[in-house]
Amino acid sequence: MITLRLMRALAGREQVFLALLAALIVLVPVGNLVMPPDSVLHIPTGTVVLLGKYVCYAILAIALDLVWGYCGILSLGHGAFFALGGYAMGMYLMRQIGTRGVYGHPVLPDFMVFLNWKELPVTWWGFDWFGYAMLMVVLVPGVLAFVFGWLAFRSRVTGVYLSIITQALTYALLLAFFRNDMGFGGNNGLTDFKDILGFPVQAQSTRVGLFVLSVATLAATFGLARWLVGSTYGKVLVAIRDAESRTRFLGYRVEHHKLLVFTLSAMLAGIAGALYVPQVGIINPSEFAPTNSIEAVVWVAVGGRGTLVGAALGAVVVNALKTVFTTGALAPYWLFALGGLFVLVTLALPQGILGLLERRRAAKSTAVSPKAAE
Amino acid sequence: MASLTSALLYLDDVQVAFDGFKALRGLSLMLEPGEMRAIIGPNGAGKTTMMDVITGKTRPDTGSVLFDGGRVDLTRHDEAAIAGMGIGRKFQKPTVFDSHSVADNILLALKGPRGPLSAWFGARNRIEPARIDRVLEVVRLSALRDRLAGSLSHGQKQWLEIGMLLAQDPKLLLVDEPVAGMTDAETETTATLLKDINRDHSVIVVEHDMSFVRALECRVTCLHEGAVLAEGRIDTVASNERVIEVYLGR
Repeated sequence: MITLRLMRALAGREQVFLALLAALIVLVPVGNLVMPPDSVLHIPTGTVVLLGKYVCYAILAIALDLVWGYCGILSLGHGAFFALGGYAMGMYLMRQIGTRGVYGHPVLPDFMVFLNWKELPVTWWGFDWFGYAMLMVVLVPGVLAFVFGWLAFRSRVTGVYLSIITQALTYALLLAFFRNDMGFGGNNGLTDFKDILGFPVQAQSTRVGLFVLSVATLAATFGLARWLVGSTYGKVLVAIRDAESRTRFLGYRVEHHKLLVFTLSAMLAGIAGALYVPQVGIINPSEFAPTNSIEAVVWVAVGGRGTLVGAALGAVVVNALKTVFTTGALAPYWLFALGGLFVLVTLALPQGILGLLERRRAAKSTAVSPKAAE
Repeated sequence: MASLTSALLYLDDVQVAFDGFKALRGLSLMLEPGEMRAIIGPNGAGKTTMMDVITGKTRPDTGSVLFDGGRVDLTRHDEAAIAGMGIGRKFQKPTVFDSHSVADNILLALKGPRGPLSAWFGARNRIEPARIDRVLEVVRLSALRDRLAGSLSHGQKQWLEIGMLLAQDPKLLLVDEPVAGMTDAETETTATLLKDINRDHSVIVVEHDMSFVRALECRVTCLHEGAVLAEGRIDTVASNERVIEVYLGR
């Protein structure tokens, strides 16, 4: 009953989206594990990993859409929260290596032995315990976003100025994580993972399991975000986006509302990063690169901002394009293509791909029944 | 004359300067509970700055701004806090939430908790539609309930914004140029509307339209160069030599 009522409350595109995720959860494991490798329906493990990456990006895109699409906060530093979540997961995975490292040290990861460190830094304490690591996946990005947001929103830093300082934030973290004495593996980052919760990360079944988990998390993230924007809180966020000072004169503490959505969004980005790292097998400071955060904004713009589903769609479409471009002779032109795409979407499709699709459909339905629109 | 303890709003010797330009130079004004007051004056007289000072947008350099019988010092609070105490403001340019429906504009304005959690899953999601309908009826927008606010005409937006003020149920409404750009018929309706609202709210109206001010039938204050030039009944103020000289013209 509740599910039925819920489905009715969702727009058509949202039902399609959830149905698609459900199909992925069933079809991809079947295609990879059940179908024999010579079958046309077989899905190679490499493709599963690639799709899993896209799904993680889609979670990041939905998180970004919450703050940008609904509240008008153009964060050009969301990649930082993604990377921090990824590092928290990476630290857990490093601690799981145990004595199987090159140096065979029982406690210290290889890079620490190499740097001649004698004991585990405080920042690494507790990361051998999965629960603690998962807590840090949301807590570290959340606390950073809360402190950063508290300072920025209270001082009423908005618009392009806020975007610039979010860029500075991710760039500062990039430089910090490059340093060996930060204790996070310097420019090599964290890699050579072996197990996650006792399952070997390289195993085909683990990879399928991580994929399924990622899709389920995407569905849950969408559900949470949809609940939020469908409530009156979502309306307050849009009000802030469209007329901030009007909202303030109505008695709303705009900074509190921004802070909640910004912190929540950072936590979701952290979860996306944590799912991403075991699938790609590495996390290094390049994940903090300012261009990563800008790319995430392009995904949301291409898909259609302020729609949630559009953000996820944009993440998949742009990254699929990126895969095609960067694996062939076109590789040197990828950044031009990305830039061109952004310009094209901004000028020709202000509502993104989703906006285009819905306009098409609306045009079709008015053509069939011109009176129904009135 | 009103005394500090009986006044709803009490401004005394308020001075505000922007980069050396003195927008308010010793403005004093007192408003009784339940009173309607019209503020007139030439451009640059300090009318909007006065509203900014009362609503916490601008902090005065000197002078006192007290609310509610002198109990609250408004200069120590910000916009959201002042709105919460019961001072609502309508901007000169109609400012409504264009991408929300007319009903949702009222929903967001209605009195009640204004925290993010209340809006996410708390009290603000359980507001009865009847409360919204009552406000829309007063501002004559019931028929446009589900229209997007962005698609309203200029006059309708002005009314919607007045409706949002009403929904806040403030003790004091500050209304900046409510009839700018309205047709004569709309202007007349707005005057009736404001008089209705004045039955249970105190109102300050800033307006240039003298026939509209006359229709409000209330005390009038004329500002000039950041201070009060004349105050009293409309006929007294309108026949004041200085008012005619600087504002009304001969």
